[in-house]
Amino acid sequence: METIKRKAWFITMINLYEVAETNEMIAKENLDVRTITLGISLLDCIDSDLQKVNENVYRKITTVAKDLVQTGQEIEKEFGIPIVNKRISVTPMALIGGAACKSPDDFVTLAQTMDRAAKAVGVNLIGGYSALVSKGMTQADEMLIRSIPKALHTTERVCSSVNLGSTKTGINMDAVRLMGDIIKETALISQDNDSMDCMKLVVFCNAPDDNPFMAGAFHGVTEADAVINVGVSGPGVVKTALEKVRGENFEVLCETIKKTAFKVTRVGQLVAQEASKMLGIPFGIVDLSLAPTPAIGDSVADILCEIGLEYAGAPGTTAALALLNDQVKKGGVMASSYVGGLSGAFIPVSEDQGMIDAVTAGALTLEKLEAMTCVCSVGLDMIAIPGDTPNTTIAGIIADEMAIGMVNQKTTAVRIIPAIGKTLGDKVEFGGLFGYAPIMPVNKFSCEAFVNRGGRIPAPIHSFKN
Amino acid sequence: MVNTMKKTIITVVGKDAVGIIAKVCTYLADNQINILDISQTIVQGFFNMMMIVDTNQTGKDFGVIVDELAKLGEDIGVAIRCQKEEIFDSMHRI
Repeated sequence: METIKRKAWFITMINLYEVAETNEMIAKENLDVRTITLGISLLDCIDSDLQKVNENVYRKITTVAKDLVQTGQEIEKEFGIPIVNKRISVTPMALIGGAACKSPDDFVTLAQTMDRAAKAVGVNLIGGYSALVSKGMTQADEMLIRSIPKALHTTERVCSSVNLGSTKTGINMDAVRLMGDIIKETALISQDNDSMDCMKLVVFCNAPDDNPFMAGAFHGVTEADAVINVGVSGPGVVKTALEKVRGENFEVLCETIKKTAFKVTRVGQLVAQEASKMLGIPFGIVDLSLAPTPAIGDSVADILCEIGLEYAGAPGTTAALALLNDQVKKGGVMASSYVGGLSGAFIPVSEDQGMIDAVTAGALTLEKLEAMTCVCSVGLDMIAIPGDTPNTTIAGIIADEMAIGMVNQKTTAVRIIPAIGKTLGDKVEFGGLFGYAPIMPVNKFSCEAFVNRGGRIPAPIHSFKN
Repeated sequence: MVNTMKKTIITVVGKDAVGIIAKVCTYLADNQINILDISQTIVQGFFNMMMIVDTNQTGKDFGVIVDELAKLGEDIGVAIRCQKEEIFDSMHRI
């Protein structure tokens, strides 16, 4: 028996080439785990006394997450793989503060408490300053939304998201219109800083409860008390793998992406399980995403070019992205026991050098990006537009994106930066992982009468599946 | 039991020189780390070695071994990485 086991071990033993392949991915192709996000339910922190809620929230976050950063660092050492971010997501704050907050300023104190707690445990971002208003807004929801500009401006690490629609409920156009104003206000309040607060604010249609990626992460009410979600990445790994199959047909192309996605996701699954074990917190999901960074070679746009496009945005881009997104999911699904979150290719502009180049070359427009969001995860992400874009136009852009999500039963999002005082030809510097963005032109024609109608857009016919 | 043993993979990559294996093995012996398997090649003057080792007997923390081996590598002029086997297993085995 012992001999058989010994033999089996020898046959399955990892060899030099496999080890070299993995380490090459880490060292040269930017393979990393993008984030370990600890979701924490704050439902038990609710109180009608504002000070008590603040105390409860601070205590809960700093207790549950006290070992998160250190555990992340230990796992990095054990496996020799970088874990770029350790983050926290919490229950949407509109639900937690609803009983205690009597004004938007009351909500701001909760954002500041989140910020203090995030700093105390050493995470770089905390998500969940959020409201879910896909059908209607409660008073608390509206107060939270109105507090967003000040909340983001007086905190460093807090991220905010608002769910404005879903396939089941339709689109809350009142909230869409309001967010047009709020995004502009958020830009104005931080105009000395390139309107940077806007990059911590995202609106969704069909927002997932278990997304580990910022700025849209929150801990949904359907989730357990605490849960570990992991987001993997690795555009560079896919790009390098595709370099070896240049000129081959689509079958070979798709197989290559699928196999690579499998390998990348397995690393995420391993890290998620290890983190879950070390922290004693259940494992939630792995988010199979190709998340780019501004680092050279860590770009989704470069993959599209490798597939055969001169620039991202050229005709064929939507088809190329559709197949990329699908193969990433097909490979990833088998690699992990639970997948969730956003899962797919991200196409942020400022965080992807290839996207920036495409915009600068005139190959990629807002309209093309909108088409691309029909076939990949997320949506219009990290896009800088002229600061004088009317609020109603911002609301119109949001409405279009929400409609794509609603009709296609997928998550879509808008994270747009109206750069105050800047216009075409200028660029906005965000720094670090957020990169920089050239200002993109926006359609000049008005949608004012449309977005000012008020009310909501009904759910589409195919949502009635009962 | 072979199957329950926690295995670690040490890789050494760099320009070939006299005594690389000796220095790495000395460190492992000093720290009660047992070598289970070694494979090594030289490609275009570059030294490439992988060791599978058992770190169960060592008294040191895994993180400390990682750092000390990296330091040793710097002294010799090669890159030494030390990783738990699971990362390779999960990536290359279904």
